[in-house]
This record gives sequence, C-alpha cells and structure tokens, in this order.
Amino acid sequence: MKIEILGTGCSKCKELEINAKKAVAQIDGFHEVRKVEDIIEIMKFNVVSTPALVIDSIVKSTGKLLTTEEILEMIK
Amino acid sequence: MFDWLEYLSGVFIFETLGLDKQTQIGEAANFFLYDTIKIFILLIGIIFIVSFLRTYFNTEKVRVYLQGKSEFSGNVLASLFGIITPFCSCSAIPLFLGFMQARIPIGITFSFLISAPLNNEIAIAMLFGLFGWKITSLYIGLGLSVAIFGGYIIGKMKLEKYVLIPVVPMTGELEDVNIELTIKERIKESWSYTSDIFKKIYLYVIAGVSVGAFIHGFIPADFIATYTGGNSWYAVPLAVLMGIPMYSNAAGIMPLVEVLTSKGMLLGTALAFMMAVTALSLPEAMILKRILHIKLIAIFFAIVSFGILLVGYLFNVIL
Repeated sequence: MKIEILGTGCSKCKELEINAKKAVAQIDGFHEVRKVEDIIEIMKFNVVSTPALVIDSIVKSTGKLLTTEEILEMIK
Repeated sequence: MFDWLEYLSGVFIFETLGLDKQTQIGEAANFFLYDTIKIFILLIGIIFIVSFLRTYFNTEKVRVYLQGKSEFSGNVLASLFGIITPFCSCSAIPLFLGFMQARIPIGITFSFLISAPLNNEIAIAMLFGLFGWKITSLYIGLGLSVAIFGGYIIGKMKLEKYVLIPVVPMTGELEDVNIELTIKERIKESWSYTSDIFKKIYLYVIAGVSVGAFIHGFIPADFIATYTGGNSWYAVPLAVLMGIPMYSNAAGIMPLVEVLTSKGMLLGTALAFMMAVTALSLPEAMILKRILHIKLIAIFFAIVSFGILLVGYLFNVIL
C-alpha cells in the first residue's frame, strides 16, 4: 500500500503525517508513507484543500486532519 | 430566544449567590454568566450545523461548480460558496493555484478568498449570540457585497501577471473528487470538528466576556464613547487598522465589541472592526506571498479595506 499525504507544510499537514505513520505502524506488511509538499505535484491529484490523504492513488480525504483511528479504518 | 437563560442566570446570581442586583459586581456577574453560556450554546450549535453541511461541500466540489462561470455570476457564486466551504489559510495556496488550473479567473478566486474567512462559522455564531439575527444578516450581506465587488474589481484589473508560479491550465472538464460518507460518519466528523474548535476558543470567549462584563458593570457609558472616537471621521479607519492583526482572536474580541457598542461606539465602526478582524488576515497574506507578487496582495488588501470602510461609514450615517 502506498499512502501519500498532500500538504504544503502547515501544522495540520505535519500532524496528519504523524497520524498516518502511527496508523501504518499498527498494521502488518510493508507500506510506503510519503509526504508530498510540492504544490505542482499536489495539484495533479485535483486537490485544492490541504491536508489531503491519498491511498494507492485514490484521494480519501481533503482539507481535514484525520485521527490515527480514522486512518486505520481506511487502511485496514 | 434566550429569556429562560437570562431568568436562570438571574436566579443563580441574585438568589443562590445572594449578590445584590443594584450593585456593579452583581450586574457584572449576571452579565458574565448569561453571556458566556448563551455564546457557548450558540457556538456549539452553529459550528455543528455548519460543519455538518460542509461535509457535503468540499472545496474540490466548489471548483467544479465554478468552472466556466461567467464573470459577475461567478463572483456571486464564489462569494456564496465562501459561506459554506471550509477554509483554512493553510489551504490558500493549493486553492489559488487549483482554481487557476481550472481556468477560473482570479477575480472569482478572490471573491471566494474574501468571503470564506469573513463568513466563518465562529464569527457568525459569535455575532448571532451577541447582536442577534438582524446585525448578523447585515454582516453577512455586507460581507458578501465586499467579496463580490472586491473580487469583480480585482478581476477587471487583469492582475494575472502577478501570480509567481506558472500554472498550466488543464484541458477538458474537471472531475470531481468523490468521497462517500454515511450520515453517521458525517455527524461524527462534524461533532469532532465542533469540539476541536470549541476547545481552541472557549478560553478566549471567557476572557472576552469577562473584560466585557467588567466594562459593562464598572465603566460609565460616555467614557467609551469619548475614547473610541464616537462619530468622528477617523473612528472607522482606526477600527479597520486595529482589526488586521487580530485574526486568531475573533472569538475573544467580539464580546468586547458588543459591550463597546452598548456603551456608545457606533455600529458601523463596530461592524467595520469585526470585518477587518476576519477578512484581513496577516497570516494568510504571508502564505499567499509565496505565490503572489506583493503588489497583488497589497491591491487585494487595499480593495477589501476600502470596501469595509465604505460599509462602516454607510452604517454610521444610516443608523
């Protein structure tokens, strides 16, 4: 699984990255967590509100700081 | 609407605690208790409703709706969307560039950027709690006009050259980002959002209402009128200038403004101040500076300030 966090460096984006890593640590297997900070690249996802969470190239949430539990629910 | 609360607060302060209704301390305590509880109820109620509606309207959807709209109607629509869409200044950059990418003219984007923070749920809940629905609708209506005309004027000025990052307009129609949620998930999400916001601002509200209660109970009316400028010409611009650095504290400042108006500050001045607090945010300007030339930001601030000044003067003359 590939998990991408889209954000231009605001505090909410950093918190989302931390929560995503915590969630990934709770499940088995090898998964990639990547932070996308480049605005041009973020725009390719058609996302205009950050932070956004992308799992395997599908946008799962935009403009929201998800909790670890919420992310866990999505990646389980 | 809140008569029962006023009654309960009175009973608690004057009968249970035995404070004297005629004394300043008694009146200030009653004012504090009633106002704090009333604002808390409204904040929780309004933020919950707004954030629930928002789960149906993300910014990505707004972009799809605004795509290809003609100039003036686009400005009107963008300003209206600004009321209901979530907006955090940290999203300003992707929003701005993403709108350009969808070939939405920058004037329409600015209408949205002016309206979204101006009509944020905290400001609306505080205004409703402190001033009632009439002033709240005036604030929203005038805020929308500032957003519509401000954006329209910026659009007419052809300022695209001041956007520092080259944006390649996408070809073809934009596809909506679809995120399906059940009603239960929406309620859960709105509730967690509401409690987050509430935790962030309740101390400011208490602080604001305490100072307000103190002024209410202890400081004579003509004192405020003398020192906030009353109806002198510089009261409105001064209020706008003072409002700019106070963005994050809107919740704490509004109770003060309410008390100041009841003690002689003119309503137009108060409205101008509150609009400046929410619409002109320095942090947002700093973020936008990464992608916009300082000239464009200055024009944006100047036009919004001018609109707010106009609103302030208009009100001071009419009311």
